[in-house]
Amino acid sequence: MSSGDRYVFAAYTVVLVTVLVYVLIIALKVSRLDREVGDLARRARERRVAEQEDDREEAAVG
Amino acid sequence: MRNNRPALFALATLVLLGGGVALALFWVPDDADQGFSQRIFYIHVPIALTAYACFGWGAWKALRLLWLRDERYDLESYTAVHIGLIFGVLTLVTGSIWARASWGVWWTWSSRQLVMFLVLFLFYAAYFMLRYSVEPGRRRANISAVYALFGIVLVPISFLAIRLSSDLIHPVVLKSSGPDMAGSMFLVFCICLAGMLALAATMYNVELTGKRLDGHLRELREALA
Amino acid sequence: MNGYFGDVAALARKDLLLELRSRDTVPAMLLFVVASLVVFHFALPTDATDRATEGLLWIGIVFTALLGLTRAFVAEREGSVMDGLVLATFDRSAIWLAKSLSVLAFLGLAEAVALPAYALFFRPIGWELVAAVVLADIGIAVVGTLLSAMAVVSRARELILPLLFLPLGIPVIVGGVGATVADEPGRYLAFLALYDLVFAILSWASFEYVVAE
Repeated sequence: MSSGDRYVFAAYTVVLVTVLVYVLIIALKVSRLDREVGDLARRARERRVAEQEDDREEAAVG
Repeated sequence: MRNNRPALFALATLVLLGGGVALALFWVPDDADQGFSQRIFYIHVPIALTAYACFGWGAWKALRLLWLRDERYDLESYTAVHIGLIFGVLTLVTGSIWARASWGVWWTWSSRQLVMFLVLFLFYAAYFMLRYSVEPGRRRANISAVYALFGIVLVPISFLAIRLSSDLIHPVVLKSSGPDMAGSMFLVFCICLAGMLALAATMYNVELTGKRLDGHLRELREALA
Repeated sequence: MNGYFGDVAALARKDLLLELRSRDTVPAMLLFVVASLVVFHFALPTDATDRATEGLLWIGIVFTALLGLTRAFVAEREGSVMDGLVLATFDRSAIWLAKSLSVLAFLGLAEAVALPAYALFFRPIGWELVAAVVLADIGIAVVGTLLSAMAVVSRARELILPLLFLPLGIPVIVGGVGATVADEPGRYLAFLALYDLVFAILSWASFEYVVAE
């Protein structure tokens, strides 16, 4: 590979690597978002269950 | 599929940029003067033009924010400037590689485009420093928008300044490939340009979606706390 | 319209009187620019051309301006006067115009000392340099005032102003040095005038958004 070819290869590779790094960062972000949504869904579920138990308790007392 | 913007742009990128790069590397003829290394031009210039487009898009969103007083545009403007800065840095890197391939140096003040992007890099890097040092809110959105507008005005002014300074300080003007090229070269250039713009649009949409998700999640978390 | 310029005059007068009484910004700028010129002498190697000092003069002008601009809204911020000014009934762009005029006055005073000092230390100055300095000062004042208002809001304060200002100051330096050094200064002076016009309009129009809550 002559030096001219090497530079062309380097330039195109830099662009490709940049895009791939970007994809990596987005992937990390998406998995974090997924985790947080799961956490929020769990909290919403727990809150719903807690509310149902409160209703049941009130019924028992009343 | 029609409503899925990121996917649409990603597909366009795949076709245009993938095809364009393949054509640039394998099909298009060698440049008479510069030989094989001239092929860097097919990504370097589209990247530069895409960076300008991103800064322009960011300035447009900034104008909408100030005009309509709608804070929603802040995220869009910020994301556009962010993508623009990434492409700006890529312009500097690919430009430097091209300078090395063509003239043997990693940097030259004689290349107007390199100097222009250095100035823009300084300007938009300061945009982020400004944003990180102001509390989030309406004030930060307004200040960022005004600064983004200053940036787009700076582009033609800097262009003139660099042109004037090169007459003054560096009488030797190195000419890079102009529009006077063979038809096939121009075609491949246009395909690559369209591909780069599609890439920027894809990145913009993906990043914007991610940021919006972040915002919604924060709201949800506060509501469920 | 009369009310607008009346407001501008009143605000500008307030700034100038404040400076006259406290005398903290302009003397510092004067001393700084003269000290810079002395530093330039020591910074240049013996075989450097005389013309190199012309370029350095412009660096001195820009950095002295930065020194003054950093203080531009300090008085308002410390006295919490800014909120009062903004809430007042007049057009916010009047604040910008008044502040730009007082910054311009301070720069003018600094240059009135810097240019003779330069002529004394290095080489005689021509009319092109004076014209270029006048035009450049206008540009620096209009842009610097707006950026200074942004910097005041930021946590980084004095640190951020040079970062914001220097990229925008590059065309000013090109115009200034060009007018000083080139055979035909007209083009560079015209460019400085264009810079002043464009950025004055932009700054005037956008200032109210920078100080809005």
